[in-house]
Amino acid sequence: MTELIDLTAAQAARGVQTGEIGAAELFEAYRRRAAGEELNAFLWVADSPAAGGSPADRPLGGVPLAVKDLFCTEGVPSQAGSRILEGYRPPYTATVVAKLTAAGAPLLGKTNQDEFAMGSSNENSGYGAVLNPWDRGRVPGGSSGGSAAAVAAGLAPWAIGTDTGGSIRQPAALCGIVGLKPTYGACSRYGMIAFASSLDQAGPLTRDVTDAALLFRHMVGHDPCDSTSVEFPGQVALPVAEDLRGIRLGVPEELTGDAGGVQSGVRESFEATLNLAEGLGASVEPCRLPHAPHALSAYYLIAPAEASANLARYDGVRYGLRVDGDADLITMYSRTRARGFGPEVKRRIMLGTYALSSGYYDAYYGTAQKVRTKISEDFRVAFEQFDFIATPTSPWTAFELGSKTDDPLAMYFNDFCTVPMSLAGIPAISIPSGLSEGLPVGFHLAGPAFSESRLLDVAYALERAIGFDGRVART
Amino acid sequence: MRTEYEPVIGLEIHVQLSTRTKMFCGCELSFGDEPNTHTCAVCLGLPGALPVVNERAIHFGLMIGLAFGCDIAERSEFHRKNYFYPDLPKGYQISQYDQPLCRGGEVGDVRIHRVHLEEDAAKLNHLGESGRIHGSGRSWVDFNRGGTPLVEIVTEPDIRSPEHAREWLTLLRTTLRVLGVSDVNMAEGSLRCDANVSVRPVGSTELGTKTELKNLNSFRFLERGLRAEIRRQIDLLQAGEPVVQETLHYDPRSDRLTPLRSKEEAHDYRYFPEPDLVPVLATEEMIAAARAAIPELPADRAARFERELGLSAERARLLAFRSELGDYYERAVAADGEDPVGLANWIPQLVERIGPDANPAESSVAPESLATLAAMVAAKEVSRDAAREVLTLLVREGGDPRTIVEREGLGALSGEGDGLAEIVQRAIESDPAAAAQVRSGNRKALGPLVGYVMRETKGRADGGEVTRLILERLGPS
Repeated sequence: MTELIDLTAAQAARGVQTGEIGAAELFEAYRRRAAGEELNAFLWVADSPAAGGSPADRPLGGVPLAVKDLFCTEGVPSQAGSRILEGYRPPYTATVVAKLTAAGAPLLGKTNQDEFAMGSSNENSGYGAVLNPWDRGRVPGGSSGGSAAAVAAGLAPWAIGTDTGGSIRQPAALCGIVGLKPTYGACSRYGMIAFASSLDQAGPLTRDVTDAALLFRHMVGHDPCDSTSVEFPGQVALPVAEDLRGIRLGVPEELTGDAGGVQSGVRESFEATLNLAEGLGASVEPCRLPHAPHALSAYYLIAPAEASANLARYDGVRYGLRVDGDADLITMYSRTRARGFGPEVKRRIMLGTYALSSGYYDAYYGTAQKVRTKISEDFRVAFEQFDFIATPTSPWTAFELGSKTDDPLAMYFNDFCTVPMSLAGIPAISIPSGLSEGLPVGFHLAGPAFSESRLLDVAYALERAIGFDGRVART
Repeated sequence: MRTEYEPVIGLEIHVQLSTRTKMFCGCELSFGDEPNTHTCAVCLGLPGALPVVNERAIHFGLMIGLAFGCDIAERSEFHRKNYFYPDLPKGYQISQYDQPLCRGGEVGDVRIHRVHLEEDAAKLNHLGESGRIHGSGRSWVDFNRGGTPLVEIVTEPDIRSPEHAREWLTLLRTTLRVLGVSDVNMAEGSLRCDANVSVRPVGSTELGTKTELKNLNSFRFLERGLRAEIRRQIDLLQAGEPVVQETLHYDPRSDRLTPLRSKEEAHDYRYFPEPDLVPVLATEEMIAAARAAIPELPADRAARFERELGLSAERARLLAFRSELGDYYERAVAADGEDPVGLANWIPQLVERIGPDANPAESSVAPESLATLAAMVAAKEVSRDAAREVLTLLVREGGDPRTIVEREGLGALSGEGDGLAEIVQRAIESDPAAAAQVRSGNRKALGPLVGYVMRETKGRADGGEVTRLILERLGPS
């Protein structure tokens, strides 16, 4: 029998269900790896699986799950990577986590992340950077960097993260795994510590496309506690496609041309994957997303604006950090927030506060919302002609720790290809398409709202054709 | 020449809705319970919690809008109103902003500007003498109230005097109470009133600089606070000084107004659409259900009292604008509806005896008894004066008016049986001068003669009957 950690999550689940693998043994194998890891991927690791029914009877078969820190988990630290929530243990569990636990995926641990999901390198965590298992001198991407690194390094069979502008897809790409950002509203946001409410979505980070489909199947559905969640149309299908006949792929010039600043190795891998797609029977044509180049600017107004309100509750009054203010309320507020928040979070609160201010609202927030509408319209038009849109996930492979921390704009540019889909609320997936100078490259596919089953199917056919081997990161 | 000024007043009223649960979560509403026992992740603003709109609150909002004749927005939105304060757990209040549920409409003679929904803040308790947060050693927050559904009702500046404001607020309160959407209890804070006040020279159509008055949380304070502010503004203008736009806090103990916030602390609320909620779509079904739930409103009831029962406009409003009076009156009319106008005259008499704020239904006078008493007066079985005395006894001890009349010997005296004719004869004999004048056609001279009879009978005689008997004897033969 192969080593437990060489099994995909779906294989391991089947093993538990058929009785070939003991669920306790599986949990312990991963628990030991997670507890002894050196990537700083985990902020908290469970001692044992929470008590429940027999894992063998359940669809996720007792395969342990790594959960991004910002998902509230009852009685377990849930700090969103921030010092302002250090030691905070919520009294309730996020809907998505509760659903996955009920489906048979026990909580393995909480993973490191950029503070409040604000970052693309995981260097903005209040609890230290996460190292990329492919090269420990490099970042794993962010903000779900802990989840991505944990899955890539075999510290967890699978994980969930959140994606606001690329926070699942970009770290998945940089760590050589699969990451799916679902349609906005497909998964409940209840219990997800909010960054930007109109953009945040939970999604799977997994070793392969089948694992992503299996996990995602048990995450979706309307939640009465989240008014923006909707019922997913039908059950999420497990992928089976062997070819891509009849599939029309559009390649937007705006996101893949010179303006994107795409690394040559990334470009080569992208083009090679497009050739594979054609070989599988897909048609590949250029398409237009005229407003996509403005997506980053719009995103960096809308997301900080929402964040400036979402983070106002961390005021030292009820929970989390409080730094007393000499019996003065305002001083208590400012000292607490000055010490509790990191510099990137402060930057975005300032940006967002400014964008919503009287006299500036129309020029900034108002205009950004108009751009957002235009971008959605671009996708709607494109999907009349194409089934899916293909781009590289990130313009770069994993970069060295500290290499972009002094240049926020360069850091923001990580999300150049992923942010337009976030603004449009449509699903997108990143799969590993190969290596460039020994580092993984992500291939990014986006489809219309609620097209996840077909999107996963296409990704699955490509995955088989690519034959990416991530074992080296698990050693 | 000295300029005459008139006040221009608009009110902003916050009303707690009497839904079972809070605006955005399932916690039950409460008043006076152990602090922080009606809370959850949502109304405490815990990380990750999300609001969900209370459908019952929307229903109540629609009922209010329809009752006021507002335009109902097919699509309305919630916004976040951002500011830091310990009673605001999320750091923003979810409120409606540029797309409220209802616009326009009117209540009585005052136009409504808008009606919108929002959530209440928590309650702060400060230790220390000031009772305010500054200078307080320690403060507690009670989140039981936090998240209670509120409607904010904003009027147009149609109110012209403190008395008008008080009368109109009474009508509004009754209307809301009749709708069954709120307890409208000012003492418990389920109805709170702020006012925008300016003054202008009589005849001018321009609005002066306004101030906002807070803490007008009883009918008396509303009237007194407005009076104090109007006086202050007129004094300023007459002294040639400008009125400064500011928010003032009314202190009923000192009858003084103090600025609440300085300009430096003026908030920029940075409203933006609440991304955790979807727009409220008022469907035809929702509007029909709200319309069907509206009972007869005070203004309609007053119109009906005028139309169907023949009451004067003033008397009809008096009864209809306090629904407990209207309800009592209608029960009395149901018991004996022969003379509804005469019966209506007895309600103020009753109010005078039980106190202005008491509910007559809780007094010892049954509406049927009042109807009987009024009918006895109409049938001249008891004089008006004697009936007043009977009413006083009814208020004191309850019972049946006929029994009391019998027991106290208060029945009306008639010319035949009760010796009234003899008393009339004595009156004429005791004042020959007046009798002579009456005989010569001067009816004004009847006064002393009738007065004599009334004194002698202790008011039991009927004035009309006495006059008839006197004229019978002294009339030009």
